[in-house]
Amino acid sequence: MAQPQEHSAIRRFLLARGNSAVADRIFHALMVLCALSIFGIVVLIAWQLIERSQLSWHAFGFSFFYKSYFDPTTGLPSYWDPVNGYFSALPFVYGTLVSSLLSLVLAVPLSIGVAIFLTEMCPGLLRAPLAFLTELLAAIPSIIYGLWAVFVLVPLLREHVNPVLTRVLGWTGFFDDTNPTGLGYFASAVILAIMILPIISSLTREVMMAVPHSQREAVLALGATRWEMIRMGVLRNARVGIVGGVILGLGRALGETMAVTMVIGNTPEIHRSLLANGSSMASVIANEFTEAVTDMHLSALIEIGLALFIVTIIVNAIARLLVWAVTRGAPATQR
Amino acid sequence: MQSEFKLRATFRGLVDKAATILAVLSTVLVILPLVAIFIYLIFKGASSLNLDFFIKNPVPVGETGGGMANAIVGSVTLLALASLIGVPIGIGGGVYLAEFGRGTKLANAVRFTADVLNGVPSIVMGLAAYALIVVPQHHFSAFAGGIALGIMMIPTICRTTEEMLLMVPHAVREAALGLGVPNWRAVLSITIKTASPGIITGCMLAFARVAGETAPLIFTALGNDFWSTSLNEPIAALPLQIYVYAISPYDDWHRLAWAGALVLIVLIVLAVSLVRFVTSRGVLKGAS
Repeated sequence: MAQPQEHSAIRRFLLARGNSAVADRIFHALMVLCALSIFGIVVLIAWQLIERSQLSWHAFGFSFFYKSYFDPTTGLPSYWDPVNGYFSALPFVYGTLVSSLLSLVLAVPLSIGVAIFLTEMCPGLLRAPLAFLTELLAAIPSIIYGLWAVFVLVPLLREHVNPVLTRVLGWTGFFDDTNPTGLGYFASAVILAIMILPIISSLTREVMMAVPHSQREAVLALGATRWEMIRMGVLRNARVGIVGGVILGLGRALGETMAVTMVIGNTPEIHRSLLANGSSMASVIANEFTEAVTDMHLSALIEIGLALFIVTIIVNAIARLLVWAVTRGAPATQR
Repeated sequence: MQSEFKLRATFRGLVDKAATILAVLSTVLVILPLVAIFIYLIFKGASSLNLDFFIKNPVPVGETGGGMANAIVGSVTLLALASLIGVPIGIGGGVYLAEFGRGTKLANAVRFTADVLNGVPSIVMGLAAYALIVVPQHHFSAFAGGIALGIMMIPTICRTTEEMLLMVPHAVREAALGLGVPNWRAVLSITIKTASPGIITGCMLAFARVAGETAPLIFTALGNDFWSTSLNEPIAALPLQIYVYAISPYDDWHRLAWAGALVLIVLIVLAVSLVRFVTSRGVLKGAS
């Protein structure tokens, strides 16, 4: 039998305090749980959307995304008719693609210009306020862009821009001004461009700043002008990251809902003219979901949502990988 | 030979000038809509903003006056609910990324998923909340709206918390652990406390983002013209009310929509400026 040990004061204090290993383990587990909840959210969203879209998936299969029907009374192509019970997402896929790609065409050159100005040309005094302003542009909720677009942008396009586009580019067939409202693909592309500009330009700025100064100095030392320095020294090194930023902007444009719903016109049709009314994947969900009465209609709308979810996940993943490749792999910036 | 060189030099100079002008021009073009939006908001919003807006409920079409008191209260309720869900989970995830999982594969995967989740359209979040809560319950509710917004806050808060915690110097952690403080206590009362201004600004940023969200509320919170007394009922929200009024054909409602938009943007700009102010002052001044 061992003698009961005489503890020193310090030892007694430590024993009395109890063991913190249990508490530590619990805390660790809790934090891991919080982190894992992010996977949980993705899985939960996917599972719910898949389950609730089963009805339309079984009825239409994959042809849901490309099939077109004919309206028996008029003989015209028709895609989406909740009353007669046939659904095809083709016009919405088309509307989403047209409006977001057109918005990229408008936004990308401008946002690269802004990023160049802010990183390479701007006097130091202006840099912080201008960067703040572009950040502010990103903080405005889409409903406010939509409100502004409905009451200011659309009348402006209708009165001044669309007539000019029709006159100058009407021969291409893409600008056929038979729509008196001013709503449509073009209006939504313009408001989308305004909305995704800050995202693209702030990411472009980030990757351009990650280009080491020695690159710029080397090009300048060879006698290049400032533009040649930007083109050869900066843009060429940052191009992968810039592409990442553009794709991230595309992801935002694809899923943008409120502003587009308010200006795209909301008709389930396909038109060649960019000035015609249309509908996008997000806008049809926002517009029809609360009014949908049949299960098939709800299920079709949820399937569109599922498609949107999958596409934006893929687009965002590609963009993130590209941006990370640049901002991480880049040599340490000289500051 | 000499003249050709000179010609090329002038040409290159001209291209340089043109590029500069284009860059300046694009900056002006980008700032222009921002200025236009703010001018319209202030002029149209301020002229229809009055005390009634803040203390009265919406009135039926045809009656003048009325306000958005219930929508303001509803927005606050929804945001409180969202913060209750989003803030603890988001901060917890950030703590894991910065304190426990540094450099592990799991942490990288979490970080990547959070970034991707951040780009998922808000309307999809609304659909998920609808399928998860509204369908089993058979009615729209404030709960569903709050949960949809809360889920949207998690990835943003998680990433900003991580970034802020990474800025806390190691010496602070080591000092705490060296005194014999258990790890959980060191994280909670030393590391998080040191980074708290940054974490709070991250939460404000996420808050400002979901404050203006409309799409996930359309088929979860639905909107309500009256005071809602229970979280289990449909509830009004400021962005939702702006949407309904903006697409209506009535001038009186359009004015209210502008007023609501002004109130919303003032709240958001205040939050963002606060963030800017705090971060530009150096988040961790006391620590390093």
